[in-house]
Amino acid sequence: MMGRTFAEKALGRAVGHPVNANEVVTVEPDFCMSHDNTGPISRTFKKIGVKKVWKPERLVVILDHGVPAPSSDHAVNHKEAREFMQNQGAPHFYDVSSSGGVCHQKFPEEGFALPGQIVIGSDSHTCTYGAFGTFATGIGRTEMAAAWATGNIWFKVPESMKVTAKGRLGKGVSAKDFILKVMGDVKSDGADYMSVEFHGDGIESMSVASRMTLCNLGIEMGAKNAVCKPDQKVLDFIRGREKSSGWEVLWADPDADYVKEYSYDLGEITPGVAKPHTVDNYAPIAEVAGTAINQAFIGTCTNGRLEDLRAAAEILKGRKVAVRTIIIPASWNIYREAMHDGTLDALLDAGCIVCNAGCGPCLGAHMGTLAPGEVCVSTANRNFKGRMGDKESFIYLASPRTVAMSAVTGKISDPREAF
Amino acid sequence: MKIKGRVWKYGDDVNTDVIFAGKYTYTIKDRAEMARVALEDLDSDFTKNASPGDIIVAGKNWGCGSSREQAAICLKERGIGAIIARGFARIHYRNCLNEGLPIIISSELQDLIQKGDEIEIDFDLGEITAAGKKIKFPPYPEFVQGLVNDGGLIPHVKKSLGLA
Repeated sequence: MMGRTFAEKALGRAVGHPVNANEVVTVEPDFCMSHDNTGPISRTFKKIGVKKVWKPERLVVILDHGVPAPSSDHAVNHKEAREFMQNQGAPHFYDVSSSGGVCHQKFPEEGFALPGQIVIGSDSHTCTYGAFGTFATGIGRTEMAAAWATGNIWFKVPESMKVTAKGRLGKGVSAKDFILKVMGDVKSDGADYMSVEFHGDGIESMSVASRMTLCNLGIEMGAKNAVCKPDQKVLDFIRGREKSSGWEVLWADPDADYVKEYSYDLGEITPGVAKPHTVDNYAPIAEVAGTAINQAFIGTCTNGRLEDLRAAAEILKGRKVAVRTIIIPASWNIYREAMHDGTLDALLDAGCIVCNAGCGPCLGAHMGTLAPGEVCVSTANRNFKGRMGDKESFIYLASPRTVAMSAVTGKISDPREAF
Repeated sequence: MKIKGRVWKYGDDVNTDVIFAGKYTYTIKDRAEMARVALEDLDSDFTKNASPGDIIVAGKNWGCGSSREQAAICLKERGIGAIIARGFARIHYRNCLNEGLPIIISSELQDLIQKGDEIEIDFDLGEITAAGKKIKFPPYPEFVQGLVNDGGLIPHVKKSLGLA
């Protein structure tokens, strides 16, 4: 008999019997994550006619998309979320405060991302929690309202795709460079509806933060979820934080069935970018080096973690940026750590500005939106037309090192030149 | 159910940011207002001139990117009769069904028709009539048919909870 994939095991565990790809299952989520859209979700929830959320302690609400509120409309959303959580007696609310940050960073930091559990989030990058061995997937607002009311959600058990990485990344090369290359190969719909599993000693060698970058971008290949094997690094991270005891380390069997497989040697990965206006428009750095930029941005759920800020600071220390450079730590915990270890000083000395933890300009709401004709090199996850502001602006996605080096020269540059 | 409508034709990988721009996600709350900015960053002709009953025909991976549900709502409220694509990104696929917006997966139509052509969809027969040809499309999977029959997720859930 064929072995099982991670997705088959996680969804099988949730329903209490073995399941196979393409079966339809109804599961009770372990946690439901939502952010600023909690306000609109709560309005839809009220329309259903149910008074209480099925289990208020399973809701995790983290304000991040526009924090502090950039307009009164945003403020109304926040107010609705605040009142709803209070009225429901739901304890896990992360308001605009130094306990906050980007939802996909805070959720694991607070111990909600746990191996083998099922998490749904009303945000497409919910797949990030796969770095902790969680089966985590994004859904829409209405679907979240329905899950709050019923305590369940349907899934087709996804087929799986296997990405294997061996070896180690070279000096100046980042996990982001690897996943941008993978996205270029798989294409933006190549993993549609699938579970993407990352395998190999190359993945094991990466930090949990780097694995979050990989899983975060699963959705940009169309995936339902993305996942890395939860190893000792993950167990060390979650120890003392876990908000639920009902978790279990699950991983795919060696003889599991995959519809697609890709293999990489990390030693062959070079810095790279996704050119405007699609995430799979990959180019090695040499092809785009010299492209003039107007803005550099380091942050987001993809690359706003301490290792990202440190990697940027390593390049920016003793240098000056040539264009406006915006740094946004993914959480206030990261902000604090970067403040204490001198990382923020190095970034400020170089001429960067450091904004408060949150999503920032990633979705074009505030803190660095673009004018017509402007070019931004960004560590975020999407370079769609108009994503960061005007529809005639241009976004190149890259690693924190590439963004830092490009900020120094004012044009897209190979970070390996810094060393 | 049968519908007849004018076609708006698009290519591959149309993402939810260009269907409903990010800058509006927390500022526009009214559904009718969402409809007014539909496809603003993709096709200003559509934004100005799309009419109720019109049909969108697209390439692969329609609705990729953000989970923002307004991308489905703005088209539903605009009165779009159906979206026919070679494929749909999964969150948007669910959002359309949850909104009660009919979606059809078909790869045969894209090369046959042009923007502005009139086509007919017979949902009961699973058949599209376009450019004098009849094209079959598969029915929804059984597990989503109930959702579709009830007119979307909220009516479906209300019914299942005995609140309808």
